[in-house]
Amino acid sequence: MTTTRSQLPFGRRPLTAHMRWRYGWSAVGVIGSGFCAGLAASLLLLILGYVAIQGVAALNPAFLTHVPRPVGVPGAGVANGIVGTFIVVGIAVALATPVGVFTGIYLALFGRGRFAETVRFLADVLSGIPSIAIGLFAYTLFVQPFRHFSALSASLAFAILMLPLIIRTAEESIARVPTRVREGALALGISTYSSTIHIIVPAARAGIITGLLLAIARVTGETAPLLFTAFGSQFWELNPTNPMAVLALQVFTYAISPYEDWHRQAWAGAFLLIVAVLILNVSARLVLRNRFEA
Amino acid sequence: MQSESHEQLHLRRSRISDRWFMAGVYGATGLFVAIVAGLFVELYAGSSSSIHAFGFKFLTSSHWNPVTNQFGALPMIYGTVVSSLIAIVLAGFVGVFGAAYLVEFAPRAVARPLAFLIELLAAVPSVIFGLWGLFILAPVLRAYVEPFLQAKFGFLPIFQGFIFGSSLFTAGIVLAIMIVPTVSAITRDVIAAVAREHREASMALGATRWETMARVILPGATTGIFGACVLALGRALGETIATTMVIGNKPAIAASLFQPAYTLASVIANEFTEATSDLYVSALIELGLLLFVVSLAVNGIARVLTWTVLRPAKAR
Repeated sequence: MTTTRSQLPFGRRPLTAHMRWRYGWSAVGVIGSGFCAGLAASLLLLILGYVAIQGVAALNPAFLTHVPRPVGVPGAGVANGIVGTFIVVGIAVALATPVGVFTGIYLALFGRGRFAETVRFLADVLSGIPSIAIGLFAYTLFVQPFRHFSALSASLAFAILMLPLIIRTAEESIARVPTRVREGALALGISTYSSTIHIIVPAARAGIITGLLLAIARVTGETAPLLFTAFGSQFWELNPTNPMAVLALQVFTYAISPYEDWHRQAWAGAFLLIVAVLILNVSARLVLRNRFEA
Repeated sequence: MQSESHEQLHLRRSRISDRWFMAGVYGATGLFVAIVAGLFVELYAGSSSSIHAFGFKFLTSSHWNPVTNQFGALPMIYGTVVSSLIAIVLAGFVGVFGAAYLVEFAPRAVARPLAFLIELLAAVPSVIFGLWGLFILAPVLRAYVEPFLQAKFGFLPIFQGFIFGSSLFTAGIVLAIMIVPTVSAITRDVIAAVAREHREASMALGATRWETMARVILPGATTGIFGACVLALGRALGETIATTMVIGNKPAIAASLFQPAYTLASVIANEFTEATSDLYVSALIELGLLLFVVSLAVNGIARVLTWTVLRPAKAR
């Protein structure tokens, strides 16, 4: 059988019905899967759009500077919740960072064998444990014995929620520091302590900070564990051993209330939350990008 | 001290600081392991009186009545499982095909922003999904989508009955939106890990782009995609705040998806601070223990499934 030019797959020639069907089906598949990707992405824009429109409409200076007032009384705000968020998240960062970074150092530099694998496995699995279960843990550990709710117990729950992310990003970024840097430090006769803290960890700084920012973003919007740890408060509260208002919890409480006025405040609070979380996420990306450019 | 030379002093000091440092490293790691173990121990201890009172019946009884101190978790288990299954069916479909598009078909200028937006969707706090689901999505579903489904498929028991805005159906859709990024992100990695030679061989045999995807790449990535879906299912099972806001919070088992229901996590969220008797508190903590154990298992399985695929890629 001789092959003529028209039978080669080059150049223009009429497609058989079968080939048309195959190409048509392929186009349907490509466009259909493109639609799926577009749908998933547009959901974010849809949600952001609603929160922005409803939230900005309900925002006013008093909302940012005043504490809550009874339903319908003008001039109500969530200032105590904003400050409470900073306090609860701040204490959580202080608790989680040393434990997380040091565990990351262990996994990256010293961890060998079955125990290290177990720690890695636990870190991965812990990241999927529902936050409400971790909230219950903080409750039985920190609220039940003292018989009252506290911001500290919320910080404990948040710290546990942050740990997996901090550990895994610290491990990955430390492990990525080139071996020659570590060997160079060892060759100079520097102690393990100095080489790790003064040379390796600073070299992995960008990755560690990224993980920390993402962990902060994760807990800033977290609500479930707060229900029975920080509990919420109508007043200014700066003492972390007392119940405290937290923005995410206020949004929840206002949203499920039957009052129109509180619904508007829920949207405004949600807008503040989403702006904070998006800024944290985007800056986490920027930190990482800058490292690769440097 | 004069007997020690400068070098000896330095060595001794660095040995001491090393010892403290390693104590810190092992201490932190030990503390982390202790926390995870403590989670289980505390939840188990907290639920002991409920476990003693109800035993295995806790899981099979559908009586949840705080007034008479009768606690059976079956309606919540049902609500949790069904809402999560709705979510994973929808999110699995959209997430897997969306990821396929982003990795294989999309031009880079399209893929990057889309992937970015989907990743940011994962960062949105659940209370905001709940707020949006409650005030925007639920009314739309009640007014348009659910009547439509009832008119077209009303012969199915799952679409029958009175239409509530807050229902299993609404919760399933909100959960689906929340877990799409999880499915999509891991599926993207898994698809990208399929060997380049397989694609090239398939294209060289004259397969179209879609045939290569459907017959070579997706079958090659099945294990990892399954892992991604299991992981996302775990997220859906434990999601609390968003579900609580849209599921209707009624401890009953109904055939229709348009009826309100309850989930394990949302019972805890709603009733914990109002629980008056010790047994009530204990029963709620047992629900938490159940959630903890189930999500531990689900996440463990997911990790085993995704790691067999992703680990060699990471080691590069």
